[in-house]
This record gives sequence, C-alpha cells and structure tokens, in this order.
Amino acid sequence: MVSAPFDYVAVHSYDDAVQQLAHFGDEAVIIAGGQSLVPMLNLRLARPSVLIDINGADLREPVIEGEVLRLPAMTRHRILMEHPLVRQYCPLLADAVRHVGNVRVRNRGTIGGSLAHADPTGEISSCALVLDAQAVVRSPDGERIVPVRELFVTYLTTALEHPEVITDVLVRVTRPRQGWSFHEMVRRTSDFAIVAVAAWIRLDERADVVAAAHVALAGVAGRVVLAAPELVAELIGIAPDEVTLAHVAAGIARSADPSSDVHASGDYRRRLVQVLSARALRDAFDKARGETA
Amino acid sequence: MTKRKVLLAVNGRGHEVWVTPSDSLLDILHDELGLAEVRYGCGEGVCGTCTVLLDGEPVNGCLMLAVQAEGHQVTTMLGLMGADGSMHPLQACFLRRGASQCGFCTPGMVLTAFDLVRRGRRPTREEIRYALIGSLCRCTGYTKIIDAIEEYAALAGSQGAPDGVTR
Repeated sequence: MVSAPFDYVAVHSYDDAVQQLAHFGDEAVIIAGGQSLVPMLNLRLARPSVLIDINGADLREPVIEGEVLRLPAMTRHRILMEHPLVRQYCPLLADAVRHVGNVRVRNRGTIGGSLAHADPTGEISSCALVLDAQAVVRSPDGERIVPVRELFVTYLTTALEHPEVITDVLVRVTRPRQGWSFHEMVRRTSDFAIVAVAAWIRLDERADVVAAAHVALAGVAGRVVLAAPELVAELIGIAPDEVTLAHVAAGIARSADPSSDVHASGDYRRRLVQVLSARALRDAFDKARGETA
Repeated sequence: MTKRKVLLAVNGRGHEVWVTPSDSLLDILHDELGLAEVRYGCGEGVCGTCTVLLDGEPVNGCLMLAVQAEGHQVTTMLGLMGADGSMHPLQACFLRRGASQCGFCTPGMVLTAFDLVRRGRRPTREEIRYALIGSLCRCTGYTKIIDAIEEYAALAGSQGAPDGVTR
C-alpha cells in the first residue's frame, strides 16, 4: 500500500513545530518515530496534508530532577529499555516496553508519540497511566502540564488541542517499598495486546501492608483506563492473600465492559482482566516487599 | 507534491536522488538505487524484509520517509559484504547452516542478527528469538536461522568484534 501524497517540513525545535502546526492548521500532523503513523498513512487510515517532523527537534536524554524522571518526548523505546536511569528509576516502563513492537519499531518509536497516538491497547500508555505520569505540552502560547490521567479521550484521540505538542513526559521515580508489574496477553509476541494490565503498589512505611495501589487496563475500552480507586480499596492497609487478590481482580474485571472483535470476545477479555490483574497485583506486592529485603 | 533533492549515504556512497515527501526509504532504495535486497513485505513494519541499518541500528525501510534518511548512514546487506562481493561471515553461517531457503527474508534476518551480535554480548537462543520478533520467515523455519546466528555469535566472539558498519 502507498500513502496519499503529503508535504513535509522538518523542524529543529518544538517552538518551530507548534508554529508550523498553527500555520498549516489541523490538516497537519506531527511525525515522531512514525511507527504507528506511517502504517496508518500506508493504509490510508490517515490522510494529513503535511507532516511536521520533530526528529531533529529534540536530542535530549532522560534526566533525574529530584523525585522526577524527565523523559524527553523523543525518547525512543530502545532508550527506555536500556537507559540506566530508566531501568533504575522507572523499571516498569523499561520492562513493559519490551512488549512493544519489534527491534526496528523500538529503535524509532518514541514515548511522546505513543502517548499522542493514544492507542487503547498501548503498553506505554497504560504504564504512564498507572504511574500517574504528566505530559509537558507546548503550544504557541506557552507550556502546560497535562496529567496522563486526563490525556486519553477515546480511540486515537487525546485531550491535546491543536496546535499542541508533547515535549516531555514526567514520571515520579520508583523508590524502595514500591512495586510494579506489567502483564499482557497477545496471540503472537509484538502484536497489539488483547488485554494488558499494569499494576503499581506502595507499601506502608512501617509495615508490609499496602498504602496505595493502582491498576491500569489496556484493550478493554476505547482508551486505556485506570481502575477506579474503590475497586482496589480493599487492599489498603493489609498484606493481601490470594483470596483477597482474586476478589479484587474479579471486581476490576466486572467494572470493565470490553467489546468483542475479530481478535477476542468481550467475555474472554474480561476473563483476561481478572487473571492478569490478580497476577500483576501479586507481582507488584511481592516486588514492593522484596525491595526491603 | 513537488520533488526535492536529497543526499542519501548508502553503504558508504553518496547518492543524490529526487524524491517526493511521501516516498518511503524502501521505495527509493529498491526502485531508484536498485538495491534489490531491501524488500517490500507488509508495508506496516511487521515482517522485517525491508530492514536497513540507520546509523547502525535496524529500522523499517517501509516506515521511514526517504527525506528522513538525509544526514544518516544507511546500510543494506550489500554494505556488509566485501568490496569484491565476498560474503560477510554471517552470510557464510546462513549458507553453511541452510538458513536461507527462498531468501526473501534473509537480508532482514542478516542485518537484525548483525546488530544483535555487534552489541557485544554472546546472545542465548532465547535472546536470538527475541531479537527476531518481527522478522518473519515463511519457508525456511526459524531453527536453522537461529543456528546460523548462534554460530556467527560464537565466531565473532572468538575473533573480536566484527567489522564496523558505517564504512
């Protein structure tokens, strides 16, 4: 398949990018890694008139700023997988990104692009959600912070306004007594997830009981979703056993209403949510405890 | 859309080509520069037959625009071979192990394996399998391909690092 014709502008800064976006109007799109956009162009699922290429706009590396890991939007998946700061301070992302695409996709694909693409089965999006990450967004009027929990609207649609561009992703660093886990089910490794579950747990400072827990789900709705706090409230203040975890996981599964498609039935997806949520919470809890050992 | 002139560095040689913005790197390498080892498979980045190295790292030729490759070193399988057309040792391993049947996936497999081994570790079979996710073979089967890569990794490990790629 061959894309419809489009024009192309390479920019060397985010300021330039948003000005070009403003200039060309909403027929223009940003191209970062292009690993989701270009297939859509090739299949003519997207027909923008202009691509604005930000590959030359951002050559920064991940940095630690106090309790925050600042990931430049152009951080490629391979960097997430291999960078020592990401591996140490955000191991969930470094682990989950192994499930994204293949080696070629990870060499080009970016964290900013993944979030802006807003795929409802996205591994990185569900991790960003469970980590309560923040997107730094640039427009001609300046900068604003968009919590990732407010970013995803529906299928391939974010709360970004035209002409805004994500420039950074901010993640609180993972500390001892915090645990994380990512599980997904795919027909073949590297496929879009049928269901993916990311879990994050923080233990109480003094006892091995849960102080905070979050679960994010991919593949169950038009966007990645965070399980409602009341669904995991039962875990707070206890060291959950298998019965409690199964109960919580069943509640999370009941809250999801996935639709059926050619890949899987809604019932099967809901069943996966239950199984994977229990596993992910168990793993996250064990990791949180293991950090102290 | 108007064509523009780009300077592509491919296998150590500069090429001036006129491209439209929507031309993929794959289109230009295959159709304009006649590099038949860069192949259209799926057009979605899933199959690996259009794999090229961009500054030494495997990327999808079908998902890169030719205009984006300007200023970067592009290497195809031809770029691994000797100036006299002699095989790269990795290709010799593929041949010896019977890892290439119809050959359509071979250049992508070779470049992917080259990158894996160049990273300096002696990969396990499981690591080779992981690296080959997204490099689809539809006739040889993967066992002999993994055998060949394992043999090359052992060879490269015993002889020091293989040739640099951006020559």
